[in-house]
Amino acid sequence: MEKFETVTGVAMPLKRSNVDTDQIIPAVYLKRVTKTGFEDALFAGWRQDPEFVLNQPQFAGAQILVAGPDFGTGSSREHAVWALRDWGFRVVVSARFADIFRGNSGKQGLLAAEVEESEVERLWALMDAQPGLEVTVDLVARTIVAGTETFAFQVDDYTRWRLIEGLDDIGLTLRDEEAITRFEQTRAAWRPKTIPARSL
Amino acid sequence: MSTSTTPVSATPETDAARPTLAEKTTLTLAEKIWRDHLVKKGEDGTPDLLYIDLHLVHEVTSPQAFDGLRLADRPVRRLDLTIATEDHNTPTLAIDKPIADLTSRTQIETLRRNAEEFGVRLHSLGDVEQGIVHVVGPQLGLTMPGITVVCGDSHTSTHGAFGAMAFGIGTSEVEHVLATQTLPLKPFKTMAINVEGTLKPGVTAKDVILAVIAKIGTGGGQGYVLEYRGSAIRQLSMEGRMTICNMSIEAGARAGMVAPDDTTFEYLKGRPHAPSGADWDEAVEYWRTLPTDEGAAFDAEVFLDADELEPFVTWGTNPGQGVSLSQSVPDPEAITDANERAAAERALEYMDLEAGTPMKEIPVDAVFMGSCTNSRIEDLRAFASVIEGRTKAEHVRVMVVPGSARVRLEAEAEGLDKVFLDFGAEWRFAGCSMCLGMNPDQLAPGERCASTSNRNFEGRQGKGGRTHLVSPLVAAATAVRGTLSSPSDLEA
Repeated sequence: MEKFETVTGVAMPLKRSNVDTDQIIPAVYLKRVTKTGFEDALFAGWRQDPEFVLNQPQFAGAQILVAGPDFGTGSSREHAVWALRDWGFRVVVSARFADIFRGNSGKQGLLAAEVEESEVERLWALMDAQPGLEVTVDLVARTIVAGTETFAFQVDDYTRWRLIEGLDDIGLTLRDEEAITRFEQTRAAWRPKTIPARSL
Repeated sequence: MSTSTTPVSATPETDAARPTLAEKTTLTLAEKIWRDHLVKKGEDGTPDLLYIDLHLVHEVTSPQAFDGLRLADRPVRRLDLTIATEDHNTPTLAIDKPIADLTSRTQIETLRRNAEEFGVRLHSLGDVEQGIVHVVGPQLGLTMPGITVVCGDSHTSTHGAFGAMAFGIGTSEVEHVLATQTLPLKPFKTMAINVEGTLKPGVTAKDVILAVIAKIGTGGGQGYVLEYRGSAIRQLSMEGRMTICNMSIEAGARAGMVAPDDTTFEYLKGRPHAPSGADWDEAVEYWRTLPTDEGAAFDAEVFLDADELEPFVTWGTNPGQGVSLSQSVPDPEAITDANERAAAERALEYMDLEAGTPMKEIPVDAVFMGSCTNSRIEDLRAFASVIEGRTKAEHVRVMVVPGSARVRLEAEAEGLDKVFLDFGAEWRFAGCSMCLGMNPDQLAPGERCASTSNRNFEGRQGKGGRTHLVSPLVAAATAVRGTLSSPSDLEA
């Protein structure tokens, strides 16, 4: 995973609450079997409207999305994170994130930065005053710097560490393979077993 | 409609301030399962490593995960804890023919290739165990109390109905579980949803969960596992409990659960993968220790009075935007929170509804009876009980989609297919179908649907489609009258 320390880029406002993952990427785009190339699918429904913020030239190349509360609700589709990343976003700022979306983001180098709702409103005001405003998100300092103003954001320590180091989760877990094997040896016989198509 | 609430904590206390499971003398159901799956306790802010008992796989969220294994030259660690089926993309007509949509076909063929290559058991289209992944697991008896279940699908919360800890994961986590049979996770907080009393006739599990979501909001359960408790929950069948746990995610909670009891054991006993003989006895003995201890503390509690609940229906574009069916479309002006007001205004515009319109005067173009929320045999029986001997409203298209191939066979053995067909409904093959419209079962732009599914998001059932979430009973009555209705609105 790409290491993440600071990102400086254009911030794009998305003044909607409850942006569910069906809006971030509609189900019809989930039929693909690849992990990249989802930028065409990002906000596919809303993008039909030429006025939609993603279509506005001042936000071209935006890397930081500042959205209303409860971002990423609904379906577990990681494609939502892939689509945001493929478009070029590195950070989503919101007052509240859905749990699965937040988890998926951390696995794919997308920072879900949590701030107060009033701070989202303030960021929107700054972005309205200067469309295309460049903002710096510093994961080491956990700050968002917009013009002369600085906002602190929340992200859990573990996710922050993994993002900064660019670590792969599976590799980390496999360091504990002995503990996994020990646990498996104590697993009760009644616990579920499927019938594999073939043995390992 | 509801009584008192302990406020859902707006600012969660820091992890450091929370007592560890080892320090607690009384535990909740969720905490006991967590304790019994701990491979390694996290230290210094690192997550716990949790063992996964059952991994359900389907075609949409797995191709990139298998690709990841291939690239890293990793096998599936526990093929005997992994099972796959095809559901999201599968057609519900002409299932013996090649899938017409090329990208859907490719995705399903990719799953078949991956299952073959890695050795995963796959129940393909045409197999009697094929169907919606959350219907198949319980039906096979793989879902049982006290286990951890994951799937690359947010409605994995369904399996919590058995007293299991079950939650949806993303594709990176699917790969992680395939490779390690574990997940690194921070403990969830716990929330009790107490539903006391007796549901009135015509009021069902679906109405309970829609009322819960309307009460705590689509974000109210974030960070929590919900435990549904109280006399009204105890009285529910396993199907009803599955409906409730299924939609926990719609309240923002990754998991929802119901403590196991005799209803659970009765449902499970004798199913193909359920334990038997001495294993069964040992299992039941353990399962009886799982319910939340007397005096165990939840991080938050919510109370609902079952006696006051009525059939519930959504008016907006998220599952929290709902009212009793006897009420009217709410007026956004009356909403104080600015974000919620803006969301309501947008929703009414999308739904093409006017504030103040009685819900029962809203005409629909389609009725969808299906999805992992409501497609089990009991749901089909409920739907059939209302429509039997009647004919559908002329202009309404009615689609009945069983949750699995086995449910379809069971329904046909009971003659329900004949009831559906006589009514004028379409009787389809199993799959996710119009719940999310990944296959050809979609609404046309502007069409309005009363749907027993779980999400009324913009475009969910087809681009421009409008969804009202309802119970099977309300769906059936609506199919008869052509406007949103409950069975009590039908003439005897």
